[in-house]
Amino acid sequence: MPGSIQSIERAAVVLHFLGALSEPVPLGDVARMLALPKPTAHGILRTLCEVGFVVQERDTGRYALGTGLSRLGEALDPHLLRSRAVNWADGLAARTELEVQLGILTGQSVEVLHHVFRPDGSPQQLRVGELQPLHATALGITLLAFSPAAGRLHDLRLPAYTPSTPVTRIDLTRVVQQTFRRGWVLTDGTLRPGVAAVAAPIRHHIGIGVGALAVVGPRDRVIAAAGEPRAGIVDQVVAAADAISVHLQDRL
Amino acid sequence: MRAYVAAIDQGTTSTRCLIFDHHGRMVSVAQHEHAQHYPQPGWAEHDAAEIWRNTLRVLPEALADAGLSADDLAAVGIANQRETTVVWDRTTGRPLARAITWQDTRTADLVEDLNRGPHADLFREVCGLTPAGYFAAPRLRWLLDHVPGLERRARSGEIAFGTMESWLIWNLTGGPDGGVHVTDVTNASRTLLMDIRTLDWDQRLLDALDIPRELLPEVRPNAQVYGECVVGLPGVPIGGAFGDQQAALFGQTCFEAGEAKCTYGTGAFLLMNTGDQIPTSEHGLISTVAYALEGQAPVYATEGSIAVAGALVQWFRDSLEMIRSAPEIETLARRVEDNGGCYIVPAFAGLFAPRWQPDARGVVVGLTSYVTRSHLARAVLEATAWQTAEVVEAMAADTGINFARLKVDGGMTANHLLMQSVADVLAVPVERPLVAESVSLGAAYAAGLAVGYWPDLQGLRDNWHRAAVWEPAMSDALRRRERAAWDRAVERTLHWVHDDDVAR
Repeated sequence: MPGSIQSIERAAVVLHFLGALSEPVPLGDVARMLALPKPTAHGILRTLCEVGFVVQERDTGRYALGTGLSRLGEALDPHLLRSRAVNWADGLAARTELEVQLGILTGQSVEVLHHVFRPDGSPQQLRVGELQPLHATALGITLLAFSPAAGRLHDLRLPAYTPSTPVTRIDLTRVVQQTFRRGWVLTDGTLRPGVAAVAAPIRHHIGIGVGALAVVGPRDRVIAAAGEPRAGIVDQVVAAADAISVHLQDRL
Repeated sequence: MRAYVAAIDQGTTSTRCLIFDHHGRMVSVAQHEHAQHYPQPGWAEHDAAEIWRNTLRVLPEALADAGLSADDLAAVGIANQRETTVVWDRTTGRPLARAITWQDTRTADLVEDLNRGPHADLFREVCGLTPAGYFAAPRLRWLLDHVPGLERRARSGEIAFGTMESWLIWNLTGGPDGGVHVTDVTNASRTLLMDIRTLDWDQRLLDALDIPRELLPEVRPNAQVYGECVVGLPGVPIGGAFGDQQAALFGQTCFEAGEAKCTYGTGAFLLMNTGDQIPTSEHGLISTVAYALEGQAPVYATEGSIAVAGALVQWFRDSLEMIRSAPEIETLARRVEDNGGCYIVPAFAGLFAPRWQPDARGVVVGLTSYVTRSHLARAVLEATAWQTAEVVEAMAADTGINFARLKVDGGMTANHLLMQSVADVLAVPVERPLVAESVSLGAAYAAGLAVGYWPDLQGLRDNWHRAAVWEPAMSDALRRRERAAWDRAVERTLHWVHDDDVAR
């Protein structure tokens, strides 16, 4: 097979071999069946374990197909994501004293999947289910930067909601790329004047963005005098989003 | 500066330690699960020694997680699975049998005899409870009857009985070496042995079950320093204990008559503060102690329990294999606009509050070729909403108090569709607090009050923050129509079990 990459080919053979057997198999059997030296077979199996396609039984050391492979074509269930995120979102709201929103990509919009009120007793409306524009929200820009599906949104419309909304493709690309590099974004009045937000991605399986977590609030409670986010806010948002990401891997 | 308060949440599946700051914000949590033992059908046991070992593990883990030491804790409080019964040797500190848990049904016959016997009315009158297998004293009686030598040794004072908070407090305060043997009024109110008015053991009830007084812990208020830890959290005062559902009521700061909370877990438990009134329920609810603070009159509550709430979602997942994880039920249910005419009544072990029909069994009705698994998913969620509505109505009928809003907590509050359904069928707003751990928070609050870490109940109220509100959005006409359909579905569960059926 000209041009084929041997290690990928071998990995595919290992997966087919494991998939054909109903019971976990020891390393020796894999090496023998594939006519490979044990260290080579071991290297392939270790790598496949790391990406979740193969699992090794703890007691026996035998190998079997992992769930990562059968779930490859499935999107993460949004309500599973919400249920894993609830405690972290609550903690983030308690510590920052800001409103917390968790968003996912739905069509060409952000869908608010989870919402925690700003804990100050003020009257607030539950925003779960609300659709927000991708280019004008911190949640949306984070999803554009990290979600594989968002990269294909070439026909995204960019209406102006305020003078600060990025309305040209160049402006939007710049902020998306900066978000990708830094791992978070600050928006200042891009959807509603006087409202600012900081968002960070929730990632699943080697870094793929499945959602975004944001704190949202009045400008002066999010942004310091110099125009940067107030001390600690970025760290809190990123730490909560990362904790949710880790918690997702735990269970799946 | 002792800037934090800890709570031990000794639950059915695990033992946890949570640490809270002065604002009632959780700063760390550690958890270890314990084994569930099912030696016979209907039996459910825990190893109390394993639970104590797990307690000793979670305490340092929770401290380390937050970078704290025991010296940073002003107090520790305990919340526990209610009615789970343990007996132990006061000299060796060893449990003398596995703990019989609240899920265990082995005392059903004993309780039936009790209800047919001369003392049934006495129990109702003195402790506010109709004898049921649910409560602790019949389990203690069973242990006395079945553990060799226990009865004799119990009368000589060598043995101690307790629910889980008693067992943990006794061990934390030194065990055989000076351990304090106490319980709190809420746990004691679930034994069938305590006078709900005097808040002490009642000799007539002890006699009716022939239980030696020497076994029993001293009944104490919920917020009071019972003693100081000598192990686990050395030097930290134990400032409170609570049965889990009363702890959640306290953690949700339902301090005024008429305030209520519903905790949605495997089952769902709705408790309403009734102030100094002990309502006699005409509608199948239980009278219980909400809390007692030191030197103050006790505050009472009425309780309605829904046996099958989250358990129905688990059944949908594990037995029907319709979904892979519980949260996915919302995804499935959202694919359709309504239940398609389908209703599920989960009377798996008969109907509980407010109907109490043991011969009922579950039904799925309204099936047509139109109904899909998405409609079934809706029907599963709506079953929990309608059962909540039935308990709320029973409470309103008993107390004359109509709910203006309902505070909710527990794992199922992450299900947005369910919470919206509850608001829709109750026609009142449903509110979720920022700290979902109401059970642990209630125990921490009690302990913090006892040592002056929080000054008073108002200080605790200030810590309560609304995290979400679901506003009712269903038209009255639709609500009436759906309610009528639910009632017809419930009727179809009745009298299913016949005497000549094999028991199942």
